[in-house]
Amino acid sequence: MSFNLTFIGQMIAFAVFVWLTMRYVWTPITKAMEERQKKIADGLSAADRANRDLELAQEKAAQELREAKQKAAEIIDQANKRSARLVDEAKENARVEGERILAQASAEIEREQNRAKEALRAELASLVITGAEKILETSVDAKAHSEMLDKLSAQL
Amino acid sequence: MAGESENLTASSYIDHHLTNLTFGQLPAGTRPGQDQAIWTMAHNGAEAQQMGFMAIHVDMIGWSLVLGIIFFIMFRKVAKTMTSDTPSGFQNFVEMVVDFVQDNVKGMFPYKNPLVAPMALTILVWVFLMNFMDLIAVDLLPWIAKMVGVHVLGADPHTVFFKVVPSTDPNVTLGMAFDVFLLILFFSIREKGLGGFIGELTLHPFSNKNPIVQAFFIPINFVLEFVNMIAKPVSLGLRLFGNMYAGEMIFILIALMYSAGPVLGIFGGGLQIVWALFHILIISLQAFIFMVLTIVYMSQSFETGESH
Repeated sequence: MSFNLTFIGQMIAFAVFVWLTMRYVWTPITKAMEERQKKIADGLSAADRANRDLELAQEKAAQELREAKQKAAEIIDQANKRSARLVDEAKENARVEGERILAQASAEIEREQNRAKEALRAELASLVITGAEKILETSVDAKAHSEMLDKLSAQL
Repeated sequence: MAGESENLTASSYIDHHLTNLTFGQLPAGTRPGQDQAIWTMAHNGAEAQQMGFMAIHVDMIGWSLVLGIIFFIMFRKVAKTMTSDTPSGFQNFVEMVVDFVQDNVKGMFPYKNPLVAPMALTILVWVFLMNFMDLIAVDLLPWIAKMVGVHVLGADPHTVFFKVVPSTDPNVTLGMAFDVFLLILFFSIREKGLGGFIGELTLHPFSNKNPIVQAFFIPINFVLEFVNMIAKPVSLGLRLFGNMYAGEMIFILIALMYSAGPVLGIFGGGLQIVWALFHILIISLQAFIFMVLTIVYMSQSFETGESH
């Protein structure tokens, strides 16, 4: 065991291997490892972002659902009101129509009554005349007595 | 080792296991009939000693390079097909290691520097692989080397030495530690300026407002701080070497029991399993400690404006 050129040889070999490792081993390996670390960090932050987005979307959906429900309630309310109004209107119309029909009917009845009265009056006049003729045994000139007859019938 | 032509003593077995396969410049006159210096393989420990500094441990540097290349290919394969999508299989393992290193660097080195983290990764995996060689049966790889050496290369079986754990060679561990030391010097001077660096060496830990007293303190401070600074790479390298050398030594001693009869052999087998299990802890721990201390030293060299 002696101190000799092996020392120098190992010094050179060591320097060369350190240089080789630095240039061809360490740099590419650590670079790829850093890249992977970055990738993982990016992935995690993306997942975080996605979670936040999901929460926001869920909130938004809930909000819209609430609004829709409110709107539906409003619409139903309006429809109810409208239907009530329609029913009221229909009732009113029916009442008015009924009254109108009633009025028409009573007017008709009145007219019929008057016509019947008129007819009865005419009948009565002729009956009176006939009766008077019979009583008097003479014919009464209808024309001559028409004025009186008219007066008579008007009194009836 | 039973089939050897000569009887192996325990000490020669240990000696053989602790001798490196050495290639170097053999001074003239070491071998009979050799009249000038030649570059050759050392045939024994004494020849390796004769070579002095102009020698290289072929087995150590070879295994070190092989393990470094295994490490690099393993991690490079993942780096090439690396995706930032779901990782799978081996990529998971590599990412786990990288993540572990990154955590440690972030915790101990609060500055920006592209070199420190890859260096920490290299140290952790490479040193672990070097230490891991200790767990491979202590005779297996040397035996294979001997077979190859004798039958393929035609070498004398007693000249084929083969150690397989690079971190049991102080040249290897100190080589890495001194690279770290050079970086400490470089970053210290870059971050603090030459003046700041020298100031750090000479103005702590004793300081005084009186310039004359301060001048007296400077050499004392320098001695203290210089030792402190030199101690960093030396302790870094020797700690790893000491732990691994001791571990290997115990494996060798346990292996000696196999040749001492069936009872001791079985006992040795049990011991080897226990020690190997314990050694798993040591090899990981030593690789981790080497990495952590490197990061800490780097961090210290970046520290500015703080006296301690």
